[in-house]
Amino acid sequence: MKLKANIATSENGFIFNPATGDSFTSNAIAAEILGYMKSGESEMEIKKKILEHYDVELNQLERDWDDYMLQLKEANLLDL
Amino acid sequence: MKQKYERPTIRKMNTGLMNKFGTRTDFDPVEAIDGVPVKSLVEQYGSPVFVLSEKQIRRNYQAAVRSFKTRYPKVQFAWSYKTNYLNAVCRIFHQEGSWAEVVSGFEYHKALGNGVSGNQIIFNGPDKKEADLILAIENHSLIHIDHYDELYLLIDVCKRINKKAKVAIRVNFDTGVYPIWDRFGFNYENGQAWAAINKIVAAEHLELVGLHCHIGTFMLSTTAYSVAATKLCDLAMRCKTELQNPVQYLDLGGGFPSINTLKGAYLPGVDTVPSVEDFAEAITGTILNFGFAADELPLLILESGRVLIDDAGYLIGSVLANKRLSDGRRATILDFGINILFTSNWYDHKISVAKEAGQYTEETVLFGPLCMNIDVVRESITLPLLERGDQVVVHKVGAYNMTQWMQFINMRPAVVLIDMQGKSHQIRKPETLAYLEMMEEVPEYLIKKSSF
Repeated sequence: MKLKANIATSENGFIFNPATGDSFTSNAIAAEILGYMKSGESEMEIKKKILEHYDVELNQLERDWDDYMLQLKEANLLDL
Repeated sequence: MKQKYERPTIRKMNTGLMNKFGTRTDFDPVEAIDGVPVKSLVEQYGSPVFVLSEKQIRRNYQAAVRSFKTRYPKVQFAWSYKTNYLNAVCRIFHQEGSWAEVVSGFEYHKALGNGVSGNQIIFNGPDKKEADLILAIENHSLIHIDHYDELYLLIDVCKRINKKAKVAIRVNFDTGVYPIWDRFGFNYENGQAWAAINKIVAAEHLELVGLHCHIGTFMLSTTAYSVAATKLCDLAMRCKTELQNPVQYLDLGGGFPSINTLKGAYLPGVDTVPSVEDFAEAITGTILNFGFAADELPLLILESGRVLIDDAGYLIGSVLANKRLSDGRRATILDFGINILFTSNWYDHKISVAKEAGQYTEETVLFGPLCMNIDVVRESITLPLLERGDQVVVHKVGAYNMTQWMQFINMRPAVVLIDMQGKSHQIRKPETLAYLEMMEEVPEYLIKKSSF
């Protein structure tokens, strides 16, 4: 899963798609994941970091990861 | 120490004009009801569970009575059994001085069982069985006649048992609110009500003691009650002057709304619904100004239900699952649905989370647990991010849900009352399979082991 190259993100969770003009807000963890994705980290690496830093089980994270990717896809932010 | 986790989510920002009536979104958690933690209620009684606040019931009742009694000298409330006929609830109202208003034989028996004396039971409704009528006649209850067939049946029964019945008729009329509830009682405008009154006064075994109306439910117009009171007063005055049969009471029925928000309403109910004070002013002002002599003012009876108990009831439930729908909307499945929250068909119930949650919110559809597409608790609600096992609290569910609930797919849950001291009492056990099958019978040939 890769973010489209032209997607602009900010540290405080603001997302802008210049191709469509759509903008989004995100919660802190969503913004953090976007940051990792932008810097080219793999899915495995990102999940590992989240598990290290947050109080969450792998099962829960897996479920939420799939849902998050679906949201990004629906929002037309992923390079498929 | 690890950071608190919240599932990742994004929200599209929409441009356009803001809603000038937009209200603050209320995300404050409801962690306790009348001082009892939601968590402990679920641990003790399971989820879902209905919770009733005795404190709020009494507060509502006393405020409503005060609204009327400070304006009119003779007022009597009669608790509408169909709104919530759990015995513990009924007994609170009877302790406060309320009579009983029933609409069926079993409700009548419940009222007797709750210690209400026969002459303080108002018997309404179109379906009164002959045996129920006989009991009501013998107990000197106030029988409100709904239709001519009932009137003739009553005359016949009274003759047979040689007893006199205390009766009123239910009158329907045009109060300016449509559709008119004209399927109940006798119509005022076409003269049917007056004809029925004449027939009753002429009947040897019937005593016309009152006049009754019930103009609708969740009425948002106080003017409609002024019109209804005027028309009842007119009939009462004619009873006295033309038939020399003054009536003892006028029963304005119920229909006062709670502060729930109706589906499709632009503003929340709390901002738009008239108060009991407003209704009291409209009704008592009309009767007082109609022209009755001070010592001949009829007793004013009110049969309020919903307004006295809706905001005293809560439903605690839990999140079963989260999912995303085909159009990208978030959906949350709860362990209660329209099976026990019947009123979600017409209210946008306020729903709170039961514990402190993050500030980030998302719009979600709340579904119930039934295998039916129509099982929707809220079509769209903005809530903090919920996880499986989280509890939610639905507000203002005290009216009708605990009588109209269905045993469909899931059984009905426990009902808990929190008393004046903040102690919880189970007033209805959760249903069990044994309870469910208690009334079933299986024919002998289906009990034998089949040969295939």
